[in-house]
Amino acid sequence: MPLVPLGQMPRGACGIIAAIDTTMIHSHLPPAELERRLLELGMVEGARVEIRHQGLFGRDPIAVRVDCHATFALRRREASAVMVRLLAPEDAK
Amino acid sequence: MSYEALQQRPAATPSLTRIALIGNPNCGKTALFNTFTGSHQRVANYPGVTVERKEGRFLTPGGLELRVLDLPGTYSLRARSPDEEVTRDVVLGRLPGEEAPQLLLCVADSTNLRLALRLVLELRALPQPVVLVLNMADIARHRGITIDEAKLSAELGIPVLPAVAVRRGGTAALLAKLDELSHAPPPPCASGTGWAAPGPAELRALQREADRINALCVQRPTQPDTATTRIDKVLLHPIAGLLVLLGILFIMFQAVFTWAQMPMDLISNGFDWLGTLAGQMLPNGLLLSFLRDGVLNGVGNVVVFLPQILILFFFILVLEDFGYMARAAFLMDKIMGGAGLHGRAFIPLLSSFACAIPGIMATRVIDGKRDRLATILVAPLMTCSARIPVYTLIIGAFVPNRAVWGGLQLQGLVMFGLYAVGIFSALAMSFVFKRLLWRRTPTEPFLLELPDYKLPSPRSVGIGLLLRGKAFLRRAGTTIFSMMVVIWALCTLPRPPAGGSAPAIDYSAAAWIGHLLAPVFAPIGFSWQINVALIPGMAAREVAVAALGTVYSISASADNPGSLGHVLAGHWSIATALALLAWYVFSPQCASTLATIRRETGGWRWSALVFGYMFALAYVAAFATYHAACALGLG
Repeated sequence: MPLVPLGQMPRGACGIIAAIDTTMIHSHLPPAELERRLLELGMVEGARVEIRHQGLFGRDPIAVRVDCHATFALRRREASAVMVRLLAPEDAK
Repeated sequence: MSYEALQQRPAATPSLTRIALIGNPNCGKTALFNTFTGSHQRVANYPGVTVERKEGRFLTPGGLELRVLDLPGTYSLRARSPDEEVTRDVVLGRLPGEEAPQLLLCVADSTNLRLALRLVLELRALPQPVVLVLNMADIARHRGITIDEAKLSAELGIPVLPAVAVRRGGTAALLAKLDELSHAPPPPCASGTGWAAPGPAELRALQREADRINALCVQRPTQPDTATTRIDKVLLHPIAGLLVLLGILFIMFQAVFTWAQMPMDLISNGFDWLGTLAGQMLPNGLLLSFLRDGVLNGVGNVVVFLPQILILFFFILVLEDFGYMARAAFLMDKIMGGAGLHGRAFIPLLSSFACAIPGIMATRVIDGKRDRLATILVAPLMTCSARIPVYTLIIGAFVPNRAVWGGLQLQGLVMFGLYAVGIFSALAMSFVFKRLLWRRTPTEPFLLELPDYKLPSPRSVGIGLLLRGKAFLRRAGTTIFSMMVVIWALCTLPRPPAGGSAPAIDYSAAAWIGHLLAPVFAPIGFSWQINVALIPGMAAREVAVAALGTVYSISASADNPGSLGHVLAGHWSIATALALLAWYVFSPQCASTLATIRRETGGWRWSALVFGYMFALAYVAAFATYHAACALGLG
């Protein structure tokens, strides 16, 4: 399966984090700081992520369940730093 | 034994006196703090900085007196904001004038240990011993999560104890442990290198280790919390969620305005009664005037808003405890983002409908300095309850009470319109500020945990209300009181000469200022009497109503606007009345708000900006309204 940025995944999609790459994200924070903030929310390589909810306008922000544990809200812009290997629906169960 | 009784015992010198609570957001840390300390807590600032310091005291069953510091919720000791820098420095003992805590209680939500374990692993590098508290142990058990505490303790190398902060007796084991530790303090787990801010590589390694320990010691059912999943299907639904949010806001405002009516009447009648009592006991003169018109009238006019503020905070605290406020921020982030505001600004702006002061203080939850400043700058534009008496008076006097458009009351519509203008201008101004001041910076990221829902604890809500009520009354008793004394003096001195026929206020310094300001305010249709009323309105907007009453030398108060309204309708043109309404939508004249902004931003610069831009808006709006109304023949 190819890698997809978390910020471009549709609602209900599920996958495993393959890498965090903040260098291309146009954010208020420096790339290294954004990387640390994402890591601090438990978004490390190997963790499972699933988009549970999304906002009405521009499908933004998104609510992401991380490692079946906790749910975090973030914007698609920052979420695009998280590269995800998608799971097929049958594997996601 | 009661706390007071124990204080009188001769003081021993226990080895353990200072502990601190640290933990992720939403771990129930504050509930634990409240359970420990009850109302024996004090909120102040750290020496020299405007960062909130929350400390309480309590006694363990073994008679150990402990001071406990509640540190703000965090995922890492790494400082991401000035507030977190202070937290880090306190823990590391680097802040001058502040002793480092001797023991850290790391509080964790038992149902959600993954990130807490990473924090614990990071804290192990500190010189202090750390104890892990598995809070909400009852909820974890209920959900079928089992935690092997012995194994967890062995893996982490620190004591691990379960706790249920919200239940009586739920902290017994923890308190007993504290007694035990005071006799035999555990050695620090630091390996000697000390704590350093973890970089990306360290964070990954720590999280991997935390995940290993988590898998080893925690058994979870395959299904996570189904109740939260089910509730979120509705509350976070793109359309239904927004409708529910609107419904909650509607109920909240209904409550603020209807439930509060009776206690507000009681308070204002109480102050009236005190004023009458003072009139009977003291001779007519300066002292009576000071007591009745200065002290009682001034403080009473502010204290009367206590019920509204408490009801609003009741809703905010309950929703926060339930876990809804993070969802509200999620739903509103995009909408507010369009105006350049952060999703987290939603709660502070909501509080500003009661009063801008708690609203501005609530902006502390916003991490980014610019997002926080933008929120502070526009919070005073939200229609606070102090504007209501002014609106009620003028609408009652000048807007005919008739039905329009099938049953809607015109007066109610105008009131609603004034609120709408306030909200709209707050959003518009924040958009302008973002463009003018911070054009080149992209917005700060929105990263927020959506915690599992849980039933609010009445005790925590009660203590939260008590603290907020106390803070409000303290302000009414100090800042606002001293302002009122100054304004009373301006309105009373110099005394009218013997045989003077005009009302006493015509001879006062306030009248002199009112005339002096006339050239400024005449173009927007204000008479000198209105100018005089604007001066006491500086202390608190609603005082302007009482001041108008004094100027037109009739006894009227905020809760009896009928008679004053009648007189005003005779004196003012409709254009003047509408201009005054427009003025009050924006009017910057609230000295306590400006003082709060100064305290929160650490300088007069931002207060001056707020005063300046709101004054300009108010003037332009009143000018436009006055001349438009005159052109329509209402002058």
